[in-house]
Amino acid sequence: MKRLLPVLPLLACVIGVQLLCSATDTLYYLTQMTMSAYYSLLIIALCVLMGYAGQISLGHAGFFAIGGYISAALTTHSLIPYGDNGLVKFLDSSGMLLSGQSLYGEELLVVSPGVACVVAVFTAAVIAVFIGIPVLKLKGHYLAMATLGFGIIIYRVVLAVEYFGEADGLSEVPAFPLFAGLSVSGNFVDRVQNYYIAWGVLLLGMILLLNLIDSRVGRGLRGVHGSEEAADAMGVNTSRYKLQTFVLSAVFAAVAGVFLTHYNGGIGTSEAGVMKSVRYVAIVAVGGMANLWGALLMGVVLNFLSLRGVFGSYDDAVFGLILIGIMLFAPNGILSISVRYHLLRLLGKNKQDDGKEA
Amino acid sequence: MTSELFIQYLLAGITYGSIYAIVAIGFNIIYNATGIINFAQGEFVMFGGMISISLLQFMPLPIAIALAVILTMLIGALIEICFIRWLKGPSVLRLIIITIGISILSREVAVHIWGESIRSLPYFVGNEITSIPVFGARISPQVLWVVAVSALMVVALGIFFKTTSVGREMRACASNRKAATLCGINTANMVTLSFILSAGMGALAGCVMSPITYSQYDMGTGLAIKGFTVAILGGLGSAGGAVAAGLLLGVIEAFSVSVVPLAFQDAIAITILLIILFIRPQGLFGSKEASALKEF
Repeated sequence: MKRLLPVLPLLACVIGVQLLCSATDTLYYLTQMTMSAYYSLLIIALCVLMGYAGQISLGHAGFFAIGGYISAALTTHSLIPYGDNGLVKFLDSSGMLLSGQSLYGEELLVVSPGVACVVAVFTAAVIAVFIGIPVLKLKGHYLAMATLGFGIIIYRVVLAVEYFGEADGLSEVPAFPLFAGLSVSGNFVDRVQNYYIAWGVLLLGMILLLNLIDSRVGRGLRGVHGSEEAADAMGVNTSRYKLQTFVLSAVFAAVAGVFLTHYNGGIGTSEAGVMKSVRYVAIVAVGGMANLWGALLMGVVLNFLSLRGVFGSYDDAVFGLILIGIMLFAPNGILSISVRYHLLRLLGKNKQDDGKEA
Repeated sequence: MTSELFIQYLLAGITYGSIYAIVAIGFNIIYNATGIINFAQGEFVMFGGMISISLLQFMPLPIAIALAVILTMLIGALIEICFIRWLKGPSVLRLIIITIGISILSREVAVHIWGESIRSLPYFVGNEITSIPVFGARISPQVLWVVAVSALMVVALGIFFKTTSVGREMRACASNRKAATLCGINTANMVTLSFILSAGMGALAGCVMSPITYSQYDMGTGLAIKGFTVAILGGLGSAGGAVAAGLLLGVIEAFSVSVVPLAFQDAIAITILLIILFIRPQGLFGSKEASALKEF
């Protein structure tokens, strides 16, 4: 329970930000905070994969896109033309379909968001298993390139397949009703509510991952990162742990994709782009590879700034610079001990100097 | 498929294949000297093409190309000196991320200098519609330029590594860095030189291919992935393997157009890469023993 204590101040911060925004009439910040929270969900999971299991993935935007796109496609493409199909009838009778109206008043019969979400996340998990088994045998550059290749294939698929809207992406994605009247949607009236949903999901994910890295699995993973051979020799089932972490992070990415797509009411091809994957890796690197809190902090801050358009047309350049700068000067992340050490030494020196003067 | 069409596809495949081979050899040179994959390799090709196009306004084509190659070599040297030379025992992950960062940064610099428009050098001989008949197929003379320049580069590189003393020192550095240092070779300089060499090769390839494939600020990523695919396919570090694998991939891609939609052309190269990685992680022509000795 002790390790969950830091979550409480975070919860206080989340509530504080909302109250502050409400009080100062700047609720529009909450929109970006909500989106940042979903991106951060992916980032903290990637942090566990990269920092604890030591496996780089340049394809996580692919899993995000799988989640978002499948859920968007299922909830927007009408099944009325296939009404006679046995499967569609079965789904309809078991209450998994929803009827509604499109913007132009057409009758729609689509898969309900809840079912679509489960299908999307499950698909991402299955793909992660199939990709993960061969990919995770690779190391170093090979792993980086293989995951990058996976990301590009997903990007090409969503760009070329008509079902996924080709270059236009998918829009008019309906709201995702959760429970007790809560629903993930981009309506202005639901802004505060959605802010809490997003951060609730993120906190839940954070608690899960904090527990994971403090468990037997987490210790095993750190062993894998340190030396795979040594961990193997100590009886850690390295390939299984790596695969489990890979699938878990893919599931987190897919969940983030599903929620953000319903929140934005659509998804575009850029979400599957290679630059997105690189950006996620950059943020994890900045936060400190094996530092969940750092990844969370940087994920929220950098995504928020980027979404607010602070960097303008230099957005990608800023991320490139951050990436290089961090890797050159603080390879363990911005919150790493070496930075802290330098700061302490600087302070210590000043104190000594003060002492001499006095 | 008629025999003319077959030859046409084959020639298109060889053209692209030789470009891929050159990019792959660029990867190999740096990989041999440092053990890292330079993810910014494609950006050298882009810089070569873009700089020569800009310089063309002020000077004739051959000088513009020569100057572009030299400038790109300088960029390569600068990158190595600024970002890699002074790192002490960096991990592979760190180097991967740094070169990815360099690639992003180069792309952003390019887009702010040249914008997003697509440019190209003029055809070296003739123009877009000049063509030479070859076994019933028709090819542009520029294709011959691409193939000839690529072949020339491969041969020149082979001679450089085999006969010159600097080339031999670089090979010594590649096979055992510590032993090379003990023999009095300045390995740090050899690494810089490898960046200069591969930047120059990339830039020259970028110039000769520009009339056919056009140059754009973001052409590097795609090329780098193809080049890496080829490098892996041929076995990392092997120049002969890179040439064979490059031509193979180029031809496969060219013929794939008649089977699958063009939009999936990139996906084919990557699928091949993934399959190769899964089945033979040491590459088609690489030896298992050699790859086991590498650091990763």
